[in-house]
Amino acid sequence: MSWIGDNLGLIWEQLREHLYLAILPVILGLIISVPLGYVATRYAWLANPLIAFGGILYSLPSIALFIVIPAVLGTKVLSTVNIIVALTIYTVSLLIRNVIDGLRSVPPDVRQSAIAVGYGALHRVVAVDLPIAVPVIFTGLRVVTVANISMVSVGAVIGIGGLGELFTLGFQKDFLTPVVVGVVLSLALALIADVILVTLQRILTPWARVATPVAEVA
Amino acid sequence: MWEYLTDPFNWSGNEGIWARIVQHLWYTFAALGLSVVIALPIGLRIGHTRRGAFLAINLGNAARALPSLGLLMIAVLLTDQIGFLPVLIALVALGIPPILASTYAGLSGVDPATIDAARGMGMTGREILTKVEIPIGLPLIISGVRSATLQIVSTATIAALVSLGGLGRYVVDGLKLRDFPQMFTGALLVALLALLLDAVFALIGRITVSPGLKIG
Repeated sequence: MSWIGDNLGLIWEQLREHLYLAILPVILGLIISVPLGYVATRYAWLANPLIAFGGILYSLPSIALFIVIPAVLGTKVLSTVNIIVALTIYTVSLLIRNVIDGLRSVPPDVRQSAIAVGYGALHRVVAVDLPIAVPVIFTGLRVVTVANISMVSVGAVIGIGGLGELFTLGFQKDFLTPVVVGVVLSLALALIADVILVTLQRILTPWARVATPVAEVA
Repeated sequence: MWEYLTDPFNWSGNEGIWARIVQHLWYTFAALGLSVVIALPIGLRIGHTRRGAFLAINLGNAARALPSLGLLMIAVLLTDQIGFLPVLIALVALGIPPILASTYAGLSGVDPATIDAARGMGMTGREILTKVEIPIGLPLIISGVRSATLQIVSTATIAALVSLGGLGRYVVDGLKLRDFPQMFTGALLVALLALLLDAVFALIGRITVSPGLKIG
């Protein structure tokens, strides 16, 4: 226990790095997948190949991506950019399906009503289509956020892993406390992030009064 | 990297690529087999009786948040040994939740009217399970085993950190020696192995799923 007290600074720093490495890719991934998903609903032939390609990318082991990305991008192997790019790839590959499904779930008569009352294309997407797609997009967002938070620690194998570095530290010193601290904090981060996303979804969809979060099996 | 991969010397022998692939597959299938043996009966029971659903759903969700590397280190430190046992424990702990959750989901997704009809035809509980619920739930059950496999095959890479073999050796040794071609080789082979296993499960799914479910 005294280890925790003595190393609060280290723990805090790794926690911050962990959060940064996990959440930035979610934001970047969302920024990429929404327009991409929109394009895929406009040009329907794109949708299935995109979803299938996403499925393949998502099945790649994270440790493999962390290592192959520097070879492709020319970044240093020990750069945080690799982790961020890898997790962004995961985020997009999973989220693209939800964005497409979500946009497809907009009832045609709703879309036509929006056009009839004079919404332009962009205005309609932002003010009508996307809000209706929010629940489906958020289902994917929750899965990928939690998965990212647990995946960041794998980066510790190559020396950048936020809380994962507490795992390697504990292993090298044959000492359980840092590992348990890392696991507990990582689980706590995932839980808090999930609660925030559920809350955010409720705020974004005030019309869904009975908002029961859907349990999803990946 | 191509030099490393195309040098026949790197492929043969006890520490050659083939041997590493075999080791990697051995860890993967040992852990997968054990996960199925543990998780499948429990999932079937929960799905059939509809009791304990809360456990099945939440276990599946919580497991996604579990950092695999931390799990492995805890297994090593708790068993106080380095080697196959802690790795097996960690991999099985990762494999159980997706199989359990999707087996439950597969069975609970069966239309109650279908089960009533089966009961009306005079099927016993066991017959309903084996002839109705399992065949209808099979696509989801297989997809659970598939995601468990992907989890396990990637995490088996980490086993090299605790002195085991497998393809992770290239990653860990390569990092230590700053031998990046070797690291890329390991990463690439793991990725290929994962894609291959994924394709195998897609094929199994296609073959074993009842033709009656494919209509529409």
